[in-house]
Amino acid sequence: MSVVIPYVDKPHPVTGVTNAKLGVWLFLASEVMLFGALFSALITLRLGVNDWPHGYDRLNVPLATLNTVVLIFSSVTVVMSWAALKMNNLKQFKTYMSLTLLMSVIFLVVKAIEYNSKFSHVPPITPATSNFYAIYFVITGLHGLHIIGGIIVNAYLLGPGSRMWKTEPERFTGRIECAGLYWHFVDLVWIFLFPILYLL
Amino acid sequence: MMEQLNKVWQDVLGGKGFEYGLPIDISTHGSAIDRLIFTLHYFMAALFIGWGLYLVYCLIRFREREGHQADVSPKHFSVPKYLEIGIVIFEACLLIFFSYPVWAKLKTDFPDRATSLVVRVTAQQYAWNVHYPGRDGKFGKTNLDLVDGTNPVGLDREDPDAKDDIVTVNQLNVPVGKPVIVDLTSFDVIHGFFLPVARVKHDAIPGMVFPLWFETKETGEFEIACAQLCGLGHYRMKGYFNVKTQEDYDKWYLEEEKALTE
Amino acid sequence: MTQAEHSHAGHHEMPFWRKYIFSTDHKVIGLQYGITATFFLLFGFLLMILMRWQLAYPGVEIPLIGKALTETGALTPELYNALGAMHGTIMIFLGVVPMGVGAFGNYLVPLQVGAQDMAFPKLNMMSYWVYFVGGVVMMSSFLMPGGAAASGWTSYPPLSVTAPNAQSVWLLAMVFLITSSLLGSVNTIVTAIQLRAKGLSFMRWPIHVWAQVATAFLLLLAFPPLEGAAVLQLSDRVFGSSFFLPSGLYIDGAKSTAAGGGNPLLWQHLFWFLAHPEVYVLILPAVGVISEIISTFARKPLYGYKTMVYSIIFLGFMSFIVWAHHMFMTGMGVTLSSFFQATTMIISIPSVIILTTLLLTLWGASIRFTVPMLFSLAFLPMFAIGGLTGLPLGLTASDIHLHDTYYVIGHFHYVVAPGTLFALMAGVYFWYPKITGRYMNEFLGKVHFWVSFVAINCVFMPMFLMGSKGVSRRLYDQTGYSHGAATQSWNVVMSTAAFVLLLAQIPFLYNMFTSWKTGKKVENDNPWGATTLEWAASSPPPHENFPTPVEVYREPYSYSPSSRKVSPQFSQQEA
Repeated sequence: MSVVIPYVDKPHPVTGVTNAKLGVWLFLASEVMLFGALFSALITLRLGVNDWPHGYDRLNVPLATLNTVVLIFSSVTVVMSWAALKMNNLKQFKTYMSLTLLMSVIFLVVKAIEYNSKFSHVPPITPATSNFYAIYFVITGLHGLHIIGGIIVNAYLLGPGSRMWKTEPERFTGRIECAGLYWHFVDLVWIFLFPILYLL
Repeated sequence: MMEQLNKVWQDVLGGKGFEYGLPIDISTHGSAIDRLIFTLHYFMAALFIGWGLYLVYCLIRFREREGHQADVSPKHFSVPKYLEIGIVIFEACLLIFFSYPVWAKLKTDFPDRATSLVVRVTAQQYAWNVHYPGRDGKFGKTNLDLVDGTNPVGLDREDPDAKDDIVTVNQLNVPVGKPVIVDLTSFDVIHGFFLPVARVKHDAIPGMVFPLWFETKETGEFEIACAQLCGLGHYRMKGYFNVKTQEDYDKWYLEEEKALTE
Repeated sequence: MTQAEHSHAGHHEMPFWRKYIFSTDHKVIGLQYGITATFFLLFGFLLMILMRWQLAYPGVEIPLIGKALTETGALTPELYNALGAMHGTIMIFLGVVPMGVGAFGNYLVPLQVGAQDMAFPKLNMMSYWVYFVGGVVMMSSFLMPGGAAASGWTSYPPLSVTAPNAQSVWLLAMVFLITSSLLGSVNTIVTAIQLRAKGLSFMRWPIHVWAQVATAFLLLLAFPPLEGAAVLQLSDRVFGSSFFLPSGLYIDGAKSTAAGGGNPLLWQHLFWFLAHPEVYVLILPAVGVISEIISTFARKPLYGYKTMVYSIIFLGFMSFIVWAHHMFMTGMGVTLSSFFQATTMIISIPSVIILTTLLLTLWGASIRFTVPMLFSLAFLPMFAIGGLTGLPLGLTASDIHLHDTYYVIGHFHYVVAPGTLFALMAGVYFWYPKITGRYMNEFLGKVHFWVSFVAINCVFMPMFLMGSKGVSRRLYDQTGYSHGAATQSWNVVMSTAAFVLLLAQIPFLYNMFTSWKTGKKVENDNPWGATTLEWAASSPPPHENFPTPVEVYREPYSYSPSSRKVSPQFSQQEA
């Protein structure tokens, strides 16, 4: 009574990818459309008024630069964690994945500091203050939710999920690759976000 | 028999105030719009009747019955290809020769502001505020803080330009035969400014002012309708669109001016 | 274990809640979608029946239930607007899409490609339950103070931003529903591409699979901008931002305290960027279903398979670049309007080609007038009317007069109601024997068809004339206008017809819910003589669909030239 799904751990001969990998690429395409829509909204709003402030006047560029470095570093470590599995080294996988998680948490903490500095301003700076801040909060907030999603997935794969290494190592490696793809995307969104919001 | 059929057809499509399914047209640009609508519907009817006859023919001739077998050999019909090309060319012609000229005229070929009647129409939940600039041709300043029951557009009567401005609610009076330019906006939500008999329609969007123009060629008492859901009063957002002879218009104008000084 | 195996090895039975409630079997999930969507379609229809009473008899108390709804028993303008917004939202997002994509797509795509299940069975289960939660959240809109969401299914700001609480619930529900769609579309695409049976190349896919894959791409790529927009509008409503609120708003007798600087048109662009592809999401699965049924009961190959495939792909692509034809009246100039008119004219080409392909399939056919075939044949002229009446709306000059009138309502209802819904009903009659092993009752089906066909035309055809005369959409009571008063009597005809249409669904529902127990049993696994892979499975198919892997030997819709007998894709021997 069990169902057999092929190409879960081996790639399809014609497409060259596993089901999960194709699925993640499709999902990322939809995410491009999501953030693309928000960036278009930002551009529309910005072009619609004469007095759009400069990001560097209102936002904390040093902290955001730190976050950029942190996130790029975490993208490197997530690749290293995948490479470790390819080289059959579970311990190294765990080290690099833990580093990735650490970087992600640092990112969120820095973000929280940034947000807090706005909320505790007198008067508090919130999305209601102006559309500049509104779009800043919404885009970085949605991005932050995606970071949290990634943390949950990566933590699972580091912890209970890593038991799959013993029974289906190829499938597990495929999962890390997919998680890594998602993580690179989240990083890439930030790389667009940072200059557009903070530096322009 | 034909007379009776014609009468039924007329009843369905016509009736008081309508001709062939459309409201009467009192505008100068409306005939081009109506021509497009009629041409399109003849085209649509031709396609539908053509396809319909073909379908009925197939249902009868190719129904399953004793002794009849389906022809399963590979088929290639060239008629549909030519039909499709014909449709494409026809649609392109409609776009280029019927629709584009009308739209271009309405959007870019505005009459001269100096010699037209220029009014500001500000839609709100649930009425049409009409603001005339007065004989000086200049609109007085408005201020949202001054808006109240007696001053629907917030006209600042201290402003010298505002002294002769006339403001009405739900009354758009225009003289026949003279171009009218409407600067359209809204106070609160999106409304739709619709003059059925003048073939005029444009969204009134808060924060934006859109100019539109039209010219009438018949007098009468007509209606303004709202053509965008704007809340619970959307259905009763009727205004009065009165096209008067120049004489009657001047009479009305004088009365309004008199009321200003009282 | 080398190959991944799902659920448990061995043959122990799963408990009821695992087998039927939280199942990962695409067939069970498909049926869950189908039953839930049927409920929502009925509910949405009932909302409209209430509105049609008001339209026919403005201000008159609704019999039997009126007093339960309002104090006077008649609809209030607020309630009318709320019913209108919820009717549209429920029909589209809780009814037609879950039926066409969630039910038909889920049930049939794995079977039609010869797979044992969708590529991600657990994700599939999740997509249903997220839809279910979205449905509950959407329905809770009715319970909110201030009434249900009432800003149309289009939710235009500033009206929607300044509306009572239920509008936020509407937005939140949309986020759930969009998420459900995204999960489902990833599944469909991966399944159709990766899990194909041996011998099933892309150009041997049934048209229904092509249609579902194209639909999945539309959902995948077009929905996210609406999700983004919904987040922005929620932010305006809940956090007080002004994405869609311009400066200088004066509303409800007071100046707005919002920061301003926003743009109501930004919402419209983001909304219609989804909502136009959305209408192709509504029609494509129907086209897929019709293609299967017409070729089966014409007993000959579908005409122009390749043409049909390219048309579907082209239609999907074009659907992304026509959206602003919904916005011609928002101050559009010559350049932008010319672009969108041109793309709108161009998109009519694949639509015409698809219709023509189906019509030409009938030439030289041997037509069996079964109930699914009746609905499918009716689909053709109904879709033609819907499509043709899009032309005056797609050209700006004629749109000046017809925008936001009943003409528009007639246009899109023709495509969705006697269009898509007829197609999906045809699909229910057609695949019922595969799902249950029994036929639905033919006589009840014919009653359902004929009464529905006549009634539905009586409801929607007068709308074109009403719209041409200038009657606007979404009017609680049109009699205040002279053109509204002149056409008011037609409302009585339309409302009566709508009620008859409702009654006509009773034999259908009774048929659907009893025939699985009492219907005539099928003689074999391919009772209609169709050609696609689902007919190789038993009726109903077992959990793993194909206990022995199925192989594909030819393209679909094949008939042997010599014997003229059907040659299914899965039969090695040609008939």
